[in-house]
Amino acid sequence: MALLQISEPGLSAAPHQHRLAVGIDLGTTNSLVATVRNGISVVLNDENGRALLPSVVRYLADASVQVGEAAQALQSEDPANTIVSVKRFMGRGLSDLGSGSGLPYRFVDAPGMVQLRTVAGIKSPVEVSAEILKVLRIRAENALGGSLVGAVITVPAYFDDAQRQATKDAAKLAGLNVLRLLNEPTAAAIAYGLDNAAEGVYAVYDLGGGTFDISILKLSRGVFEVLATNGNSALGGDDFDHRIYCWLLEKNNLSALGAPDTRLLLTRARAAKEELTEHAETRMTANLRSGEAIDTVLTQQDFHAMSQNLVEHTLQPMRRALRDAGLRVEDIKGVVMVGGATRMPQVQRAVAEFFGQVPLTNLDPDKVVALGAAIQANVLAGNRGGDDWLLLDVIPLSLGIETMGGLTEKIIPRNSTIPTARAQEFTTFKDGQTAMSVHVVQGERELVSDCRSLAKFELRGIPPMVAGAARIRITFQVDADGLLNVTARELGSGVETAVTVKPSYGLSDAEITRMLQDSSQHAQDDMQARALREQQVEARQLLEAVQNALAQDGAALLDQAGQARIRGSMDGLRAVLQTDDHHAIKRAITQLNDATVAFAQARMDKSVSRALGGRKLTDLEM
Amino acid sequence: MSVPGFQQDFFQLFGLPASYRLDNALLEQHYHALQEQIHPDKFSHLSEAERRVSMQWSARVNEAYQTLSNPARRARYLLSLHGVDSQEETNTAMPADFLMEQMEWREAIEEARQARDIAELDKLESRLQHELHGLEAQLADKIDIARDYAAAAGSVRKLKFMERLAEEIASAFDAIDT
Repeated sequence: MALLQISEPGLSAAPHQHRLAVGIDLGTTNSLVATVRNGISVVLNDENGRALLPSVVRYLADASVQVGEAAQALQSEDPANTIVSVKRFMGRGLSDLGSGSGLPYRFVDAPGMVQLRTVAGIKSPVEVSAEILKVLRIRAENALGGSLVGAVITVPAYFDDAQRQATKDAAKLAGLNVLRLLNEPTAAAIAYGLDNAAEGVYAVYDLGGGTFDISILKLSRGVFEVLATNGNSALGGDDFDHRIYCWLLEKNNLSALGAPDTRLLLTRARAAKEELTEHAETRMTANLRSGEAIDTVLTQQDFHAMSQNLVEHTLQPMRRALRDAGLRVEDIKGVVMVGGATRMPQVQRAVAEFFGQVPLTNLDPDKVVALGAAIQANVLAGNRGGDDWLLLDVIPLSLGIETMGGLTEKIIPRNSTIPTARAQEFTTFKDGQTAMSVHVVQGERELVSDCRSLAKFELRGIPPMVAGAARIRITFQVDADGLLNVTARELGSGVETAVTVKPSYGLSDAEITRMLQDSSQHAQDDMQARALREQQVEARQLLEAVQNALAQDGAALLDQAGQARIRGSMDGLRAVLQTDDHHAIKRAITQLNDATVAFAQARMDKSVSRALGGRKLTDLEM
Repeated sequence: MSVPGFQQDFFQLFGLPASYRLDNALLEQHYHALQEQIHPDKFSHLSEAERRVSMQWSARVNEAYQTLSNPARRARYLLSLHGVDSQEETNTAMPADFLMEQMEWREAIEEARQARDIAELDKLESRLQHELHGLEAQLADKIDIARDYAAAAGSVRKLKFMERLAEEIASAFDAIDT
């Protein structure tokens, strides 16, 4: 039982109450949740002391859901309703899943993202992921004894916009406030760098269950700067299992197995892979539905041979990342290994050979991402420690739009530091053209058809002019989560169209609401209660933030009237906060936010001046 | 943008003199100092208004840093501050000997690509780097000393050609790798 805390007389117990925040590693194979407790990042275990939650979700006919070990145990018996490695389907269409045909699921081709038909109805990968996140949220709330201010969710660095958006949607659906999407190798670098007071250029090699990332980071005096990142969001430990599985089929002259047998042999293949990390050979046995018994020995040597080209597939992204960073192998001071698949000796050997040094494995490769994410969540929630650092991350893939002839015009190049904004002007092709369709794509290839299509929208109402006379400015803005927002504007008439790049791949807020309502755990009353609680939490945080800002800078940056206006909006919010009308609270929040825009800008200007040694910006003119 | 600092040019933003020659270490130091104050990570627990302003500022500082830390972009930007357009897309009248050299470069890169000769590509890359440094030194003289911006625009156009060669070398490396 927790002890009650009593503060020293005269001191308030909690001048700034510690805000509960967590880091979540939503992995292909396993997921984890971690938090910072007493200044130390720790993984939160379940009631049985297990840190890793298998990323497996099973849907039952009575609409109940099993997540983790219980679901994993039944994957061979109920393969079609037991979803493993759902991360591979996030933000992906059916045509993206190439090898997906071998999987035991009933896929439904939906616009944007594939869906899965289960005994409990059609499920989107976002909903499946949300089930995993929900279990971790509840685990954290029980362990920490309160509701969470927010969470940092990690994503592979090489995830594109559609995959990131899907992850963020899943978190929202699980009732989590997303403080930030954080790239997995970057999270690992934080955990590693702070632990070792590292300085210099490091490479993070992250081979997870289904994704591969390589990030090159420069660590200097509390700044973590990602110089370049590369990877393959469809390459991971699962593929090594699959090689063993195919070998097993061949060895035993098997073909066209049913889903349960496929699942069973894949499970055996994974166990064999893990065995071969420590042993020279391993024996796989299984009883198939046909009555046939499998009993096959696999040696480390054979396994390495059959998986060699998978390992080699990770080398090309490494060379590209180095080239993009403008560095050579000799410039890399250390290599950090992340992800369970880096335990394989052939992977460690290949990385050591490539970099000419033994990689660092002193942090648990399964936990380091969650630990780093928790450290960042703690900072983002506003629980500042004395030691502060700055994280500068990048987008992994170029963003652009389609121009004439199906060609891609890049607007933001890959490895641009985020947040970033870039605008480019385009013009009309025909006389009298009054509309323009904008096709947003992501990728490095010249042909639009080789890139990922993110969104299509139309800018209408362009005044008719001769071809080439209209000036249409398209602005791309990528936020600190790596998510894109696009606006198009005809400069002469001011006709504007804005899209957050969601429609093709992401879920609309309405869809999220519908999914929340659909799920049996959320009756209408719960929805209301939850919306109210969320608005109340947000309102209190906002009031505290504005109060602090006013105390610090109100008198210096605002006149009496300006201060009074903000205080008026604060009073308005405080008044509705006593009610249970979440719509009214939301309106008052918006009003207070609007009332503080000019103040926020003045404060930012002050921060900028302070950064350059207290000089005022206007004094800096040469 | 009503923020006063937003009207400042990128050099003023970093508190550096508007010259082509630049103290790169100081630029980076000031870049980090600015981001430490304004990055969205420092505002995530604050109000929506502060988060939005932070994102706009942080994006602008990133853009400014990308511009000033890249030799070609820095030159282009400096010329634009002096009201000179480097005309890289429109003015293609380059000296004949320069164009001849370009053709030789392209042939050499293409040959190395065909032969999958990584050592040769490495050699070409370091030769190109050497040439780029030469062009940058010329640019520094033309912009900072002679203040001959029209002549500098010519050098920026050459730089653009050299950048394209660098891209071709990179894509040749990629092609050999695949």
